[in-house]
Amino acid sequence: MSQVRLLVGTRKGAFVLTADGARKNWEVSGPHFAGWEIYHLKGSPADPNRIYVSQTSGWFGQQIQRSSDGGQTWEAVGNKFEYEGVAGSHQWYDGTQHPWEFKRVWHLEPSLSDPDLVYAGAEDASLFRSADGGQTWEELAGLRGHGSGPSWQPGAGGMCLHTILQDPANAQRLFVAISAAGAFRTDDGGQTWKPINRGLKSQYIPDPNAEVGHCVHRIALHPSRPGVLFMQKHWDVMRSDDGGDSWREISGNLPSDFGFPVAVHAHEPDTAYVLPLKSDAERYPCDGKLRVYRSRAGGEEWEGLTQGLPQRDCYVNVLRGAMSIDTLDECGVYFGTTGGQVYGSADGGDTWAPIVRDLPAVLSVEAQTLP
Amino acid sequence: MIRVVVPASLRALARLAGEVELEVEGPITQRSVLDALEARYPVLRGTMRDQTTGQRRAFIRFFACEQDLSHEAPDAPLPEAVAQGVEPYLVIGAIAGG
Repeated sequence: MSQVRLLVGTRKGAFVLTADGARKNWEVSGPHFAGWEIYHLKGSPADPNRIYVSQTSGWFGQQIQRSSDGGQTWEAVGNKFEYEGVAGSHQWYDGTQHPWEFKRVWHLEPSLSDPDLVYAGAEDASLFRSADGGQTWEELAGLRGHGSGPSWQPGAGGMCLHTILQDPANAQRLFVAISAAGAFRTDDGGQTWKPINRGLKSQYIPDPNAEVGHCVHRIALHPSRPGVLFMQKHWDVMRSDDGGDSWREISGNLPSDFGFPVAVHAHEPDTAYVLPLKSDAERYPCDGKLRVYRSRAGGEEWEGLTQGLPQRDCYVNVLRGAMSIDTLDECGVYFGTTGGQVYGSADGGDTWAPIVRDLPAVLSVEAQTLP
Repeated sequence: MIRVVVPASLRALARLAGEVELEVEGPITQRSVLDALEARYPVLRGTMRDQTTGQRRAFIRFFACEQDLSHEAPDAPLPEAVAQGVEPYLVIGAIAGG
């Protein structure tokens, strides 16, 4: 019988949650790397027992851990992240130029086909690549070097490259998203990049239609239709049907179009999930009711999913990396909160139940479907 | 024999039981002690000093013999009591926040 494994990164360690295909009874393993901030864990699609972890600390810096046995044991691998050439500078909060400084890895994206190939999205915004299982890292410097880098500026959470998507139909094509620069695409394996932000409108920058400067919170795609992208921006939920060349708003009837995560159903490419938050100042669910919103029409028309979720006095946040789906026949949907709950639905979002309630603040959730 | 104590988080990272005892060649300085520590435990590279510049990380302090040596030159000799193994060289995670 199939299994589901959730890889949960928190402010104080990593947790591994496992269940059989019924997804009712969960075993909890952890904390792994207790006391450290675990921004992200992700397993290799080519070898699910190969898991990469971003372990980080304001005191002790960045570590990358790797497991080859599904998270039972770990080994530290390379943690030297150096910008290629002269690091240069980007815009700082006060408008001055500020040197690019590596701070941490927000996102690890193992290759779809090679367990030893993995990408790392970092703060200050940059993309690194390892072809030896994380032992050594090289920057794909064309991203910062394409020209607009000096005008990028940090969002409130830092200038982070937080999302990396691979096109399953084209190994040369990657998408990344940076707060607060926007979305970018390469069609040559990461050598050269272009901003893909046409159609985004951001009232918090002087030119609301600028090529860069947009605070993209998350992008997602369905592997069967990689030209269609869904985006949760600082404000607005957006969709592109041409690989990011242009975007249109699909916020429709959402109670708020502010939020962080966006995910796509495993078997229905037009079914997307978001979790609206009241505002960028408040960053908690509207009316104290925790509701996932699902569109089965590819956007515009959204339904609130509430069964099993708290519908009063709920003021948690759900961060950009903290929603994931499994690929079982009846698609599972999962998300973690800054209050330490991880909720799961084994029926595509119709009903929900807490898997754990009292973890440290959840930073990321990744679901793995195992044979 | 040089004795070194590192914070609990780094002990867990390097899978250390307690105090580390190191043989250090040549002059006993902060640089030579930390170089020897990182050579024995490569996972500690980058956790106390920047891997490229060698600069102390902002929230790391170095103490010995009731002195804060964090701002001393890395190649200055450590106190004789540290060089003789009487006193440990302490790597401290600084108090940061409330």
